[in-house]
Amino acid sequence: MAHLTATPVLEPGQDRTMILNMGPQHPSTHGVLRVLLEIDGETVVRIMPDIGFLHTGIEKTCEAKFYQQVVPLTDRIDYLCPMTNNLCYVLAVEKLLGLEIPPKAQWMRVLMNELTRINSHLVWLGTHALDIGAMTVFLYCFREREEILKLFEAISGQRMMTSYFRIGGLALEPPLGFFDRVRKFAGYFSEKVDEYENLLTGNPIWGMRTKGVARMTAEDAIALGASGPTLRGSGVDFDLRRDMPYSGYENFKFKVPVAQEGDVFARYMCRVAELRESNKIVQQALDGMPDGPVKANAPGVVLPDREKMKTQMEALIYHFKIITEGFAVPAGEVYQAVESPRGEMGYYVVSDGTAKPYRVHMRAACLANLQTLPKMCEGGLIADVVAAIGSIDIVLGEIDR
Amino acid sequence: MALAPAISDLEQLKGHPAVARLLAWNPAAVTGAKFDRDEMTIYVDRAYIRDACALLREDSECLFNYLSDITCVDWNPAEPRFEVIYHLLSIPKKERVRLKVRLDSASPAVESLCSVWPGANYFEREIFDLFGIRFTGHPYLRRLLMPEDWEGHPLRKDYPVEGYR
Repeated sequence: MAHLTATPVLEPGQDRTMILNMGPQHPSTHGVLRVLLEIDGETVVRIMPDIGFLHTGIEKTCEAKFYQQVVPLTDRIDYLCPMTNNLCYVLAVEKLLGLEIPPKAQWMRVLMNELTRINSHLVWLGTHALDIGAMTVFLYCFREREEILKLFEAISGQRMMTSYFRIGGLALEPPLGFFDRVRKFAGYFSEKVDEYENLLTGNPIWGMRTKGVARMTAEDAIALGASGPTLRGSGVDFDLRRDMPYSGYENFKFKVPVAQEGDVFARYMCRVAELRESNKIVQQALDGMPDGPVKANAPGVVLPDREKMKTQMEALIYHFKIITEGFAVPAGEVYQAVESPRGEMGYYVVSDGTAKPYRVHMRAACLANLQTLPKMCEGGLIADVVAAIGSIDIVLGEIDR
Repeated sequence: MALAPAISDLEQLKGHPAVARLLAWNPAAVTGAKFDRDEMTIYVDRAYIRDACALLREDSECLFNYLSDITCVDWNPAEPRFEVIYHLLSIPKKERVRLKVRLDSASPAVESLCSVWPGANYFEREIFDLFGIRFTGHPYLRRLLMPEDWEGHPLRKDYPVEGYR
């Protein structure tokens, strides 16, 4: 059970620790995480995560698909933020191709991405609170999440595995009345965040379970590769959306919530504040939504409209060619990172000039964030392990890929 | 938007702070550089990768204090067969750089970065698991995703997509 932190030394004769197995089937591990704990009474001496139960070999599968066929695979990596995965992959391939994306498609991508972030944070907030014993929040969060899933279904036909972004733009124009529904949601959502905060933020029980628990310093967070709210909860002010903007994020005004304490409560405050900021970005995207096409003008790459396909021979030929033999991407390599709800999600795509990617690698934010668990938990109480796991917001589909 | 041609001449890229710093430290460590699609790649000799990373992390000009990612590409049957790829990020300067180490198939091993960034641990274990690259000095080099008794390294190009039947 050696791992990254210095191994605690047991005094001779102090033979009183025991090994406890937690998971992989455990309700508060959010999937199939197995954790080995060495405990001395109620104190955690060592902790070692064991992963790989959900490994599906997606990176290998990608190498056997055409570029456009990889998009539906990316949804299934981090199933709580499908659009963020879609975005990261299509941005990487568009960079390889040198494609210019029309403004409306970029704004739609930002809009959908922030809805995805709200969706993902709502699942996190509900389950995290449930882990610690506050059941009501879970029901409240899933009420609003349901509304977002309905919006996803309206725009892409799918509640979770959306595959809505395509290389060169979007799959479809948003349906009639879609923006009105989003505006209605964005209008009442901040009141709902107040409701969650009323239940938790000032609640003394919540405070006792989270304040001062599972602390991590900024130096440790950077050295261990933590990102997203896990990093910002330790006082590092870094957000890829603001600091290295992509897909038109430079056009939006929003704050990046940072908390200094580095404990479970700080990470909670960061994410709750992000819910409000994401809602602001959604409203800005609605107000400034440009007109125009949602697909780039690149006939060999972007599938033609259905109508054109039925009336124009050229469109039919392109459609046939893209579907049967894909499109060649110039040789090269690209690393594209986006700020997912969990942190830095990166896609490293290598092309050898053919229609199939030579290598697709996903930098999973959760994989790096999970490495902070020993730093947070060792020396703490066993009851706090559940709070710590919840506070780094892991998704096992992304960790194991 | 047409693609600008890649620059792969080390002489032209000497102005980049990371390249300049590494060349000033040890000219033998840098074996090449490439600037393509706004991304900087530096090829580092395998013997110096750990020291080069430690240098770029501490140097006040570069400040690449965050290790984003480590991954690997298998160029089978070409030699050197493997490329181990390090993506570094500078949080204060908001910049990225990519370091590459080339490894031949006879002895795919490189020094571990765990002593520079403890966060390299899982990334290196994953590469060991899926590519069979050894990281010398790693504290716990065991399979990460595949079962302990798995045979072969699935992400190698000579490993069939459907697996061995």
